[in-house]
Amino acid sequence: MIPAPFDYEVAESVDNAIELLGTREETKVLAGGHSLLPLLRLRLTRPSLLVDVGRLDLSYVRDAGDSIAIGALTRHHDVATAPLLQEHNPLMSFAAGLIGDPQVRHRGTIGGSLAHGDPASDLPAVVLALDGEIDIAGPNGVRTVRAAEFFRGVFETAVGPQELVTEVRVPKLIGDHVWSYLKFRHRAQDWATVGVAAVARRSNGGVADAAIALVNMGATPLRAGAAEAAWIAGAADPGVEADAKTEPPSDTNGSADYRRHLARVLVRRAVEEAEAR
Amino acid sequence: MRTVSLTVNDVPHEFELDPRELLVYVLRERLGLTGTVVGCDTSSCGACTVLLDGESVKSCTVLGVQADGHEITTIEGLAESGALHPLQESFHEHHALQCGYCTSGMVLAAVSLLAENPSPSEDEIRHALEGNICRCTGYQNIVDAIGAVAQ
Amino acid sequence: MSAPTEVEVGRAIGARVERKEDQKLLQGQAEWVDNMHVPGMVYLGIVRSPYAHARITKVDVTPALAHADVVGAWSGADIADEWQGSLPCAWLPTEDTNAPEHKPVAVDKARYAGDAVAVIAATSRGAAEDAAELVEVEYEPLPVVVDPEAALADGAPLVHEEFGTNRCYTWTLEEGEIDRLFAEADVTVSERYRQNRLIPNAIEPRAVFVTAIPANGEFTLWSTTQVPHIARVTLSGVTGIPEAKLRVIAPDVGGGFGSKLNVYAEEALALAVARMLGRPVKWTETRSEGYLSTIHGRDQVQEIELAATSEGKILAVRTKLTASMGAYLQLVTPGIPLLGAWLYAGCYDVQGYSFECTGVFTNTVPTDAYRGAGRPEATYAIERAVDALARKLGMDPVEIRRLNFIREFPAAIKAGLTIDSGDYDASLDVALEQAGYESVRAEQRARRTAGDPKRLGIGLSTYVEMCGLAPSNILGAIRYSGGGWEAATIRCLPTGTVQVLTGSTPHGQGHETSWSQIVSDRLGYEIDEVEVLHGDTAVVPLGMDTYGSRSLAVGGVALYYAADRIAEKGKKIAAHLMEVDEAQVDHVRGTFHGPETSITLKEVAFAAWTAHNLPDGVQPGLEETYVYDPPNFSWPAGAHVAIVEVDTETGAVELLRYIAVDDVGTIVNPIIVEGQIHGGLAQGVAQALYEEAIYDEDGNLLTGNMVSYLVPSAAEFPRWELHHTETPSPTNPMGVKGVGETGAIASPPAVMNAIVDALAEDGITDLDMPATPERVWRALEEARR
Repeated sequence: MIPAPFDYEVAESVDNAIELLGTREETKVLAGGHSLLPLLRLRLTRPSLLVDVGRLDLSYVRDAGDSIAIGALTRHHDVATAPLLQEHNPLMSFAAGLIGDPQVRHRGTIGGSLAHGDPASDLPAVVLALDGEIDIAGPNGVRTVRAAEFFRGVFETAVGPQELVTEVRVPKLIGDHVWSYLKFRHRAQDWATVGVAAVARRSNGGVADAAIALVNMGATPLRAGAAEAAWIAGAADPGVEADAKTEPPSDTNGSADYRRHLARVLVRRAVEEAEAR
Repeated sequence: MRTVSLTVNDVPHEFELDPRELLVYVLRERLGLTGTVVGCDTSSCGACTVLLDGESVKSCTVLGVQADGHEITTIEGLAESGALHPLQESFHEHHALQCGYCTSGMVLAAVSLLAENPSPSEDEIRHALEGNICRCTGYQNIVDAIGAVAQ
Repeated sequence: MSAPTEVEVGRAIGARVERKEDQKLLQGQAEWVDNMHVPGMVYLGIVRSPYAHARITKVDVTPALAHADVVGAWSGADIADEWQGSLPCAWLPTEDTNAPEHKPVAVDKARYAGDAVAVIAATSRGAAEDAAELVEVEYEPLPVVVDPEAALADGAPLVHEEFGTNRCYTWTLEEGEIDRLFAEADVTVSERYRQNRLIPNAIEPRAVFVTAIPANGEFTLWSTTQVPHIARVTLSGVTGIPEAKLRVIAPDVGGGFGSKLNVYAEEALALAVARMLGRPVKWTETRSEGYLSTIHGRDQVQEIELAATSEGKILAVRTKLTASMGAYLQLVTPGIPLLGAWLYAGCYDVQGYSFECTGVFTNTVPTDAYRGAGRPEATYAIERAVDALARKLGMDPVEIRRLNFIREFPAAIKAGLTIDSGDYDASLDVALEQAGYESVRAEQRARRTAGDPKRLGIGLSTYVEMCGLAPSNILGAIRYSGGGWEAATIRCLPTGTVQVLTGSTPHGQGHETSWSQIVSDRLGYEIDEVEVLHGDTAVVPLGMDTYGSRSLAVGGVALYYAADRIAEKGKKIAAHLMEVDEAQVDHVRGTFHGPETSITLKEVAFAAWTAHNLPDGVQPGLEETYVYDPPNFSWPAGAHVAIVEVDTETGAVELLRYIAVDDVGTIVNPIIVEGQIHGGLAQGVAQALYEEAIYDEDGNLLTGNMVSYLVPSAAEFPRWELHHTETPSPTNPMGVKGVGETGAIASPPAVMNAIVDALAEDGITDLDMPATPERVWRALEEARR
């Protein structure tokens, strides 16, 4: 299928992109295009203007002290293979390597994935579990939003119509960290039916700073607070309440009931896998 | 319309493109490179896979204008000085194609895989092909054809 | 007719010849229909009903006509005069079959989501899509029925009001004293299975391209079809274009699996629009459009009962099918379930056989042939039911099969046909040995004892199927409109190469290679000296095309006999040239040996072309045609073993190993046979574990694209472990049987039996395909209650 007609501009700078985004009502940012183009082709979205930010110099993975800074245009493939991430935050690189398929990872970007706000995507939950920070550039400059405040609803984020994600920062996992990312899906190329990102720091024979985030269990990626507490408390099965306060969707990949059950099983397994690491 | 420069199989081209024109149709309909084909509309099947700056991408999920200034390799550009690429040879020797419709995409996905990982395990080959659907072969001979070149 | 001669397996038949087809495909030089691109061409865009059932109260195409790039736009009523007849259904199984009118564009009522309601012709692909959105259609939604059993209930919405029922037909077959056998049986089992609706997903979407010479009334249709010959005959009837003025070309076709064994609305539409506009016309479906416009497969409810002795001897089989036809009858829609009608006792010897099938209209995409067509359904039912009987009797699945195998061939089966040959024990022996059956059972027990939440299961499928359609008189007797013959022509060119014309139309099966092997083997040409022509009604006028695993078993045998005729005529000429008596000449693979000298077939071909010195009564040229009508179906068989691991916490099933032992008679090219089996297995395993077209109660297809309809990738399958036994078919001189569908026929029950085997001790025996993680988990949850 061919997308409905649209106008197209190439942004030459972040400021230029923001300016272009302000010129029309129905604008969309185009980065790698792997969330947007399938929607355009099925004519499920009809922007009048696409602002292509793909040529901006925002593809990088840098050491930023306590954190790793990832440019918004860094592709999943580069997140998956960046030595800095593999060393300091292997949860990020591992999860990025499970997105879609190799062709998707060669085009899709971290900024695009976060800004798209699809609760079925992998990286939003991972960044949420890591309590990452997201820089958003807009007409009034750059603001930083914590991941916990970034995701607002299905395809809704803190990014305004005239704004652009420019950088994502995730902490270095300093010390004795344990982590796991489990993605349950029927075929390898599918979105997660349910995914679980779990990360914690070993402490006094147990764990501290435990964070567990769920993929596809609600309108946004969700922290599983009860499961985090259970993990810290050393519960035999920290997954028992993993689905508390979730509102999972029902679709052909799984009913809400099944997703709740999967979340419970996968959280337990993620914790087991993390601790065995 | 937008002026776009593309190097396809080492040949530079310049086009006036409608922004909604997908890269796959630029290749098929403007350049007659019909070895790249369309198999779906959801970026699922991989039949349209080409190399963009040496890496596999699905050309139905790239706008022609996005490829401005980049190098594209299609199946037609894979053979060098008349000799088939080793993967093309290997696909033939291992009977890794039947109807042949997915073949261009499969071969190019494999080229990209081997560039990134010259000696993949069978499991890594299978996962590297997870975005390429073949309905004829049951995949085994494709996996073997790639494995033979990888060794 | 020349006497059949023995094939000397060796030089070419039986050799692993690498495919001739590959070079262009590997270099991107294939000729796909969508490649066609000529000046003046228009693209069709089709407006499809979003409602599964609705009265069409208004279609206004004028907004679309106002689009600058639109050349024409028509509602169903606007274009109705173009049709001389309905889209064809070639198989009405009973005299009272309800066969609805089926126009290429609906006029009064849309009967499934996807039914065409208007057509656009525009100068670009994008404009055709843009303009299709501009057509104003008003619908009055009607109640919908998607389930075939619900469609038979009183008060169900009627898909076609004129019949007063959704029943299309009921067809029965009964042999033996069924009621007595069931009454006297020690034990009976009664099972109910659901055949999930499947979308064939040939990886090349359908496409149509038409050029016309209006002054001559001549049309050429390029189509992604398996059946150019059938398409020509039937489209002539739909459009009124005389058959002689219509040429149909199937160039390179990217897979079919039955989905392109059909005659579609868009083929008729492209012809009609080309006739109205006098311009070339192209239409290419998108994948998600294809899910609404190309036939689906399966979708049946199966009820099967077995009557048996307490020792496990099966006495009788009784089957009742309710089969969804979808909203209309496509080319062979009603006949598909009946292609399994004779196979519900599988490879087991029974005394009583009863089969009843009711075809039912529903507000869904029409069903039709999908790889195996009727035979996977039959094999699934009997193979699962036999396992159910074994469970009831506490027998091992191997033991019960051995007790019931047919062992004497040819075998006149109770259902009324004759199985040509087979050795079912031999295949099962190999399969069990290769699987390490006893050691798998031991590991299974060990896991259970240890309380491992990952259960192990091993499943069998011992199958026999009937393919290679078929003797024409039998097809006639079961009311199929076409014949079962196939044609082959061999044309020995004067300069030493040879052309083969085959009416069998490949789309991935490798005919060019296998046919070259046959000619090479019979007439001594090098493989590369043989050029196989196919898929163009102007080049190959006679043909019945490719489906039902018939190509080699019918078309290949026709070629074999055509080679005999070449040898026969060649011998006359050779004897004449050598000045010896014909009886003194021996033909061996392209050389005619006289008592003292010899002469090659190539020399004879040249002499036949110059015609300077031919025997009296012998015509110039060396070209022979043979049209072969097989005396029987072909009956491949085998034993398959699946080994699965089931995660009882998540419901996920992993197929660990798959062992297939197939007996497909004589093998012409092992690599092609292996490839066919690999592909069939992938599709069959996909039916068991992944694929299902799901409609909601309003008739919306929820699995409407390749994201939600789960075609598996390489990452989802294990290595296929193939082995063969070989029992040549006695019904043809090559001993060949069909192979194209065996994998898809045998594998679904092997996988499902393995899953049930893994979970039987958890209380699960009732599980439908596809065994998705959620479905398995739900079954476990219910069993735990």
